[in-house]
Amino acid sequence: MHNKIFENYQPNDRSTLIPLLQEVQTIYGYLPENALRDISNFVKVPLSRVYGVATFYNQFRLMPLGENIIRVCRGTACHVKNSANILFALEAELGVMAGHTTRDKKFTLEVVNCIGACSIAPVILVNDDYHGRISVKDIPKILKKYQTVKKTETAEATK
Amino acid sequence: MRDFNQLCCEKCWHTTDKPCEHFIQCCTEGPLCHHDDKCEHEISSLRKRLKYEEHDLPIIIIGMGTCGLASGAAKVKEAIEAELKKLNIDAIIEGTGCIGYCAVEPIVDIKLPGKDRISYQEITVKDVSRFIKTTLVDKEVYKEKILGSHGKSNGVISLKQVPFFEHQQKIVLANCGVVNPTSIDAYLAHGGFKALDKVIRLMKPEEVIKEVLDAGLRGRGGGGFPAGKKWELALKQQSEQKYLICNADEGDPGAFMDRSLLESDPYRVVEGMAIAAYAIGASAAYIYCRAEYPLAIERLQNTIAKCEEYGILGDNILNSGFSLHIKIKKGAGAFVCGEETALIGSIEGKRGMPKPRPPYPAIAGLFGKPTVINNVETFGNVPPLIMMGAQKFSSVGTATSKGTKVFALSGNVKNTGLVEVPMGTTLRDIVFKIGGGIPDKKQFKAVQIGGPSGGCLPESVIDTPVDYESLKEVGAMMGSGGFVVMDEETCMVDVAKYFLTFIQEESCGKCVPCREGTKRMLEIIERIPKRYGNDGTKLDQLQRFKGMIHLQRLADVIKDTSLCGLGQSAPNPVLSGLRYFRNEYDEHLYDRKCSAGVCKELLTFTIDNEICTGCGLCVKKCAVDAIVGEKGQAHYILDEKCVKCGMCYEVCRAEAININ
Repeated sequence: MHNKIFENYQPNDRSTLIPLLQEVQTIYGYLPENALRDISNFVKVPLSRVYGVATFYNQFRLMPLGENIIRVCRGTACHVKNSANILFALEAELGVMAGHTTRDKKFTLEVVNCIGACSIAPVILVNDDYHGRISVKDIPKILKKYQTVKKTETAEATK
Repeated sequence: MRDFNQLCCEKCWHTTDKPCEHFIQCCTEGPLCHHDDKCEHEISSLRKRLKYEEHDLPIIIIGMGTCGLASGAAKVKEAIEAELKKLNIDAIIEGTGCIGYCAVEPIVDIKLPGKDRISYQEITVKDVSRFIKTTLVDKEVYKEKILGSHGKSNGVISLKQVPFFEHQQKIVLANCGVVNPTSIDAYLAHGGFKALDKVIRLMKPEEVIKEVLDAGLRGRGGGGFPAGKKWELALKQQSEQKYLICNADEGDPGAFMDRSLLESDPYRVVEGMAIAAYAIGASAAYIYCRAEYPLAIERLQNTIAKCEEYGILGDNILNSGFSLHIKIKKGAGAFVCGEETALIGSIEGKRGMPKPRPPYPAIAGLFGKPTVINNVETFGNVPPLIMMGAQKFSSVGTATSKGTKVFALSGNVKNTGLVEVPMGTTLRDIVFKIGGGIPDKKQFKAVQIGGPSGGCLPESVIDTPVDYESLKEVGAMMGSGGFVVMDEETCMVDVAKYFLTFIQEESCGKCVPCREGTKRMLEIIERIPKRYGNDGTKLDQLQRFKGMIHLQRLADVIKDTSLCGLGQSAPNPVLSGLRYFRNEYDEHLYDRKCSAGVCKELLTFTIDNEICTGCGLCVKKCAVDAIVGEKGQAHYILDEKCVKCGMCYEVCRAEAININ
């Protein structure tokens, strides 16, 4: 499935490593081991180094994602506006810690440093929808919206 | 609809393969290479239409930056489209970037033919039908939600008189929220690319650099290194290939200037880059943009494609012999990549770890070639600088810091948003005059400036003017422009803990002082508000005090011995906290109290049994079953079980939970 992406890149060029990893992640939502091996062969960089890069950057994941991704902004402005409680409430509500996926594979909870929407803090990003100026009380309502609808459908709805 | 890239007649011959050096003059001032009334009229009316000066249909302009979209601008746009269809009104709907006043988004502007453009604030889907009826059918002003007029005030308050804008001086952000950021024609009509045109036709690289040096433009990314000096050093290097990099890896939590500028006026940044590339002799450039900013990346891709189509980027730009190709690199989420050498490593496909300097990137940078790296806002300053000239540019600002600075005003302040003020404006003016003060009648406590490398400044130094040196003196730094206002309900120990956690996670791990030192510092700070078990209290106290004794020394060592800027400035939030908020630390240490009510372990939660309705919501939310009581009766919190998570307080509808 990911073999096609190599067509757009020159082999043996290390500077293409990060773009390649990003493209693979867009396809699968995470970086599967065999894709990392293929990239390592294509770029001619040892797998250990590829793994090193993949684990260095926050963007890359080595585990599959849930249907919906919830990103909780933990920027300064959000922190001042009590995003710690939002995260705590989400963790409690979903029953998983940040960085993990729920058992039913519906939600992945992630923490991001700042999504640059500080003026409407605190913010969470569910898939591609921003939810700004939220409080702990709003959380069940927001989650409910995504519990039933699949990711692709919400994406269409917001377009 | 025609655009500037279409030829007006056979006398005009500009194409990408065969560029005409007068192309930009043609677009911005009128046809110069030939005289033909028809062509002249055609181009000037196109220009007027793009500047919204002359048009037949009403124009509706909606702020579609990230902040606007997050406040529901897309839904408002849909509603407006549906309403127009229903009423059978012909109108042009355009999207624009962020005007900076994010607190009152979605902002919608209405421009009727022959009338002034008027901005309306907080337009929701519910407003749309009345809004459209008042403005487009009755052709009146929708008074309830008026923000201001872009033109002269005819009974309507001018935007310039709105307190939020009154004290600002927009040089970099001049186009933001005014010009359609996706249209190269709109940018050209507003005088875009004139500076680039002037530079490549009339100026030598040395002259450009001299102008930038004379203007005193300093890097806006944080360090404040003079941009011209970097360029001069790179120009002097002999190399067959030089690189230019635009640092758009805005990792500072609480900063969004670069995102906003890239979303609202990407052409200006690209123009600034082209001027810089010409000055240093680079033919390849990169924009290293955070992957967290999808809209900014999309706009940049569009910008570069359009510029190439018009022959403003690519080979032999405007027949000057100067070529420039710009590529976008998506960052992969590492704060340390804001550091020059780490950023270079990341583009090369390595882990983003800083290298010791010298050699400076201007001598040996990307792929070992001379490389100049500047921040988005720095490049945004370059075109106006060239157009104004060094003298006028440097007339704004203080002795050592020239021009303006953009701040991302956020936190506990009424008017959140993007502000651009002349250097030398006091922090007080930004917080109270522009920001409108603290909401809900709360007390101002501090302003956090400079992100994780900066510091928290209290009321006593709030009259400090904004400039690189004076901010350093009071223990903060300019940073990239994060400006977070904190009120009395913010705990400074908690803020220090927050920044240290951030730094600790983002430290790349290459050098020991930063990797281990910040970890130890975090442990010390974490110990302050910690409540241990009932036994061994004295030992815990000993641990806490011991930590405090070591804290200052540890901070000094980290500052002196870390490899890069991230580590060297990592202790700043703690140091500024100790300097200005020592009493708050003491209160935590000795009285075991957090008067801001943030450090949860030092709080006790009780239920006011007169207010409690016994709805049982808190019982459901309590993760440790520490709340007991019968339905319909007042509940109680068992203190020995309570883990002080505060969820009961957050969910209680009757506000029956007291925090002490």
